[in-house]
Formats: sequence, C-alpha cells, structure tokens
Amino acid sequence: MDEQSAAYWKRNVKLVSVLIAIWFIVSYGFGILFVDALNSIEIAGFQLGFWFAQQGSIYVFVALIFVYVAKMNKLDREFGVREDD
Amino acid sequence: MDLTTLTYIAVGLSFALYIGIAIWAKASTTGEFYVAGKGVNPVVNGMATAADWMSAASFISMAGLIAFLGYGGSVYLMGWTGGYCLLAMLLAPYLRKYGKFTVPEFIGDRYYSRTARIVAVICLIFISFTYVAGQMRGVGIVFSRFLEVELLTGLIVGMGIVFIYAVLGGMKGITYTQVAQYCVLIIAYTIPAIFIAFQLTGNPLPQLAFGSTVNGTGEYMLDRLNQVVTELGFLEYTTTNKSTIDIFAITLALMVGTAGLPHVIVRFFTVPKVRDARSSAGWALVFIALLYTTAPAVGAMARLNLTDTIQTGEVGAEDGNLVYEERPDWMKRWEATGLLKFEDKNGDGRIQYYNDANAEFATKAAEYGWAGNELSVDRDIMVLANPEIAQLPNWVIALVAAGGIAAALSTAAGLLLVISSGVSHDLLKGTFTPNMTEGQELMAGRVAAAVAIVIAGYLGYNPPGFVAQVVAFAFGLAASSLFPVIIMGIFSKKVNREGAIAGMLVGLIFTMGYIMSYKGIFIPVLIENVEANWLFGISPEGIGVVGMLLNFIVAFAVSKVTAEPPEHIQHMIEDIRVPKGAGGAVDH
Repeated sequence: MDEQSAAYWKRNVKLVSVLIAIWFIVSYGFGILFVDALNSIEIAGFQLGFWFAQQGSIYVFVALIFVYVAKMNKLDREFGVREDD
Repeated sequence: MDLTTLTYIAVGLSFALYIGIAIWAKASTTGEFYVAGKGVNPVVNGMATAADWMSAASFISMAGLIAFLGYGGSVYLMGWTGGYCLLAMLLAPYLRKYGKFTVPEFIGDRYYSRTARIVAVICLIFISFTYVAGQMRGVGIVFSRFLEVELLTGLIVGMGIVFIYAVLGGMKGITYTQVAQYCVLIIAYTIPAIFIAFQLTGNPLPQLAFGSTVNGTGEYMLDRLNQVVTELGFLEYTTTNKSTIDIFAITLALMVGTAGLPHVIVRFFTVPKVRDARSSAGWALVFIALLYTTAPAVGAMARLNLTDTIQTGEVGAEDGNLVYEERPDWMKRWEATGLLKFEDKNGDGRIQYYNDANAEFATKAAEYGWAGNELSVDRDIMVLANPEIAQLPNWVIALVAAGGIAAALSTAAGLLLVISSGVSHDLLKGTFTPNMTEGQELMAGRVAAAVAIVIAGYLGYNPPGFVAQVVAFAFGLAASSLFPVIIMGIFSKKVNREGAIAGMLVGLIFTMGYIMSYKGIFIPVLIENVEANWLFGISPEGIGVVGMLLNFIVAFAVSKVTAEPPEHIQHMIEDIRVPKGAGGAVDH
C-alpha cells in the first residue's frame, strides 16, 4: 500500500472510531447503562434516560451517518480518491 | 361505502400500482435482476431500503409490543435502527466498491474459498426463509381480517403479486415497488398516530405529544401512564424488570444482526457510487426513523387509551370498571376475531384489567373483589385497532390494511430476491454449473424466485414451530455468522480462509445450539428458558452477541497459526478501501 492510501485509510478509521464511540455512548450509555441515573432528570415531560432509549438515540444515529458522509466526502477530495476525479 | 368495499378499493389500487411498476421495470440482464443495474438514486434506494427493512413485525406488532413492555421495548427501537450506523460506516461503501452481485460472492472472493462461499449461502438461505415465512403469514392475516377471506386465499393472492413483480422485474422491479410500498405504509402508519396524538394531547406530532400533557388533566402523558399502570399492579411504564446485561446484549444482537442481514446489505449494491452507498444508508435511516420515532408514542398512547377505557373510575371502587355490555364497538369487532377476550371471573358484569401475576398486588385485588385479570389483548391488534379506537373514518382503516400488506410484501420480495440470487448466482453459476450463459442464469434466477415464493407461501400457511422465534433466530445467525466475516474481510488483511471458515462455523453452531436448546426448535427443549439458566444472564434473543465474539476470536486465532492470505487478496483489500475506480452504472 502506498503512503497516500495508508494515510487515507488511517484518517478514515480514526473518523469512524470517533463516530462509533458516540454511537455507543448515546445508545448503550445513555439509553441502557446509565438509564436510571438519567431518569432522575426530567425535561419537557420525559425522563431523560427513557427519552434517549426511545427517541434521542435514533435522532443521533441519523445525524451521525450524515456527519460521516460529509466528512468522508471531504476526505475523498483531499486525497483525490473521489470516483469522478 | 362500507368498510369492506373501501378496503378492497384501497388494497386493489395499491396492487394495481405495484403491477404497473413491475411491467415498466422489467429486468433483461442479470445485472438488472440482481442489483437493478447499479443505477438507483441514493435517496430512492434509501426509501426502498426502508420498505425492505420494515416488515409486518415493524408495522403491525412493534408498537403493541412497546405498549406492553414500556421501557423494555427500547431494545427493538434502538436495535432495529442503530445497525444502520454500522452499515453506513463499516460495510456498505466497501461492499459497493467491491462491486459484484451477492454477499456470499464477496465472502468467497475475499477468503479465496468456495467452501466459505457455500457456508455463507447456507446461512443466507436459512436466515431468509425463517424471515420470509413470517411475512407471508402477515399478508395472510391482514387479508383474512380486513377482507374477510380465508387465510389460504389471502396467501395465494399475496404470493401472486410478489411473483409478478419479483420474478419479472428482479431487483429493478422490487426497488421501485418498494418505493411505492414505503409511501403507502408510512402514510397508513402516521395518519392515525397524528389524529390520536391530537385527540389525547392537542399536539399533532406524535414524537412531541409523547412528552406533552394529557388534555384536561395538566399531567404529562408518561407520568400519568406510570401512575395508572402501577395502580393496577403493572410495572412502571418507563422502567423494566429485565437485567441490564440482557437489555444490552439483545440491543447489540439486533443492531449487528441488522448490519449482517443479506437482503439489507444487497440494497447498497444497487447505487451508482461508493459515496452514494454512504448517503443512502443515511436516507434509509431517515425514512425508517419516521416510523420508529412514531411507534413508541403510538405504544404509550394505546396503552393509556386502553387502560382508561377499561378503568373508567377510581381503582377498586365498585363502579370504577367498564360495564361489559357498554363496551365500545371496536372491542366487539376484535372479540369476534378472538384476539381480544373477556371472561367475567368475579361475575360482576364489569371488566377488570390488571396484573394478576403480581403477588404484592394480590391482597389489594382480593379486597376490591377481583378474581383475576378478565381481559386478554393480543398485542398485534394495537396498531390495527388504533383508527377504530380513535373513531377515525373508514377510509383510514382501509389505508391501514393496505399499509400492513405493503410492509409484509416489500420485505418478502427483498428476501425472495436474495434467496434466488444465492441459488442462481452463488450455487449454480458460482459453484456447480459455471459454464451457463447469462440468459440461462437469468432464467435460473427467475425459476429460483418462483420456487422460493411457493415454499414461503407453504411455510406461511403451515408455519413450523419456529416462526414465532424468527427474531431471535434470524438476527442471532446474521450477527454470529455473516457480520463478523464481512467486517474482518474489510478491516483486516491478516484474517485468512481457514480463520473465516472456522469463525463462521463456531459462531453459527454456538448460536444455533444455544437458541435451539432453550427454545426447543427442531429438537425438544433441553434447558428451561429462564434467567437463572442463561449463560452470563443473556437470553436466547441476545446470544448472537456471544456467537459474534466467538467468531472474531476463533478467526483471529486460527489465522495467526495458518498461512497469510495470498498477495492478490491483500491487494484486493487495499483496493476496496479506496472509493476511486468503482464500476459505475451498468445501464439504466
């Protein structure tokens, strides 16, 4: 693998690791492991832990994918590996 | 117009639409038949993926399941959406870059092994058939309930429709019918939800109504729900009595299973570019989230409506419960189907609905003069009865019937296509008869699809015992067999043929063995399915996670002591990691 491709792959893996960490914290952290602690906070009619488990985590999942898409498109351009370049 | 006529019109119109699309999108090459010529717009593919993904279970059963499980139902909400993050970031773009037709084909090429490919095809066919049997059953049930025809007649009509567009149109036909089916199902799901949310809280958006105050009380809906259900001896709505580790394992097994289901993965083979595969997963989740964020609100509202309908006054007061003779019409209609049952155990002519399995509540119940819970409600009727409970016009009920059928048909078609491509492309062309021409392969694909439809219909009519356990089985197998080898195939250059085959087999045999021994599938129950007997406290629904870990561990260990993958495979891996150079649209 040449240096350019190796650097591209490294940046890709780093980005994905950060996003998957957020994915994990929001769903398994807020929605499951710390749900009881968060449920003591009540905002706008929702116990916070319950809200993350049934609503919030899904919104965050959608946002994470679109952040990934935008960041990867930028990375593709930076390394000149876009398909139509 | 009466309800049955309206339902015939709604369902008939939706069928005419699907068939019209099938004729317009007829597939003429294997590329079109397997992957729609790789020319599908990413947003369109996202919508098709959403319909492909959301089955009869999502449409009909999920909200009812959540209504009775409360917080415990979160495993389905997170589990059946979170997998799309894994798909978008870890699988879809790379498999699209690889650019061939099927999941087993990738596994066979990456692990330079026909055995690996065949093991993958067997997993795929088994997963898909378990899943499709449930869909055909769903079609039959909706037909028989709303159109008042025999289950068998309903099944045959459903099979006929799928036959027309899946066999003729292949992936191309399926894609565009799924788009139409998505529109039908999401409208059918959200309209009643919006009306009920508005009636109950004055806020028409179910996602917000969920956290609003109930009309005329000033109390938040969830607080009120917690209060009314605990007064009847049920568990607080926003909590669960399941262990944290089991909730964790089930959620993870469903997420990873989602990302390993072949009929979902293959949808990302149909878009023109690698970056389209990434964004398409995002669009798929947007369309799925529309239903999945509405469902918990529907569940909570249905539970509250049901409880308030039965418990009309003070709990324990003599006149606090609904008089059976004064029950609303929708209850009478569902009683006729046997899905709602009343038995007057204490002979007072009123309906008592409470948790008679709660020992602490038993003394209170005895004081009230209650002799056991008198109402049993099948969870599946919650969504279907919703429009009737909210007293919506008949056309909404007709639309819900069409929506339920759309959800079941779209998923069934996607599954049938991966079965047919597994047979014609992986088993015949790829393994046993490599010399067949494209025309012969296309014909083989069509015949395989037709045969699969007949088998699926048979399984739907005569469901083997395990259909009810589809969730545990299909997801557990996908999580423990296909997902790990695909991930390792992309992210590791070291995992080799021996490692992958050993890993897949260990993951598969462990997970199947565990589920079968606790659930008694194919064999008698070997170990009683209770928490005390579970390994690490993980139920059969979540055990796919352990299978997945075993798969990873065995694959890495075996690869370490056997020869590295050959040079050209390492180059192939380097190549799929970079978007540039993917084969574009075949023709469209």
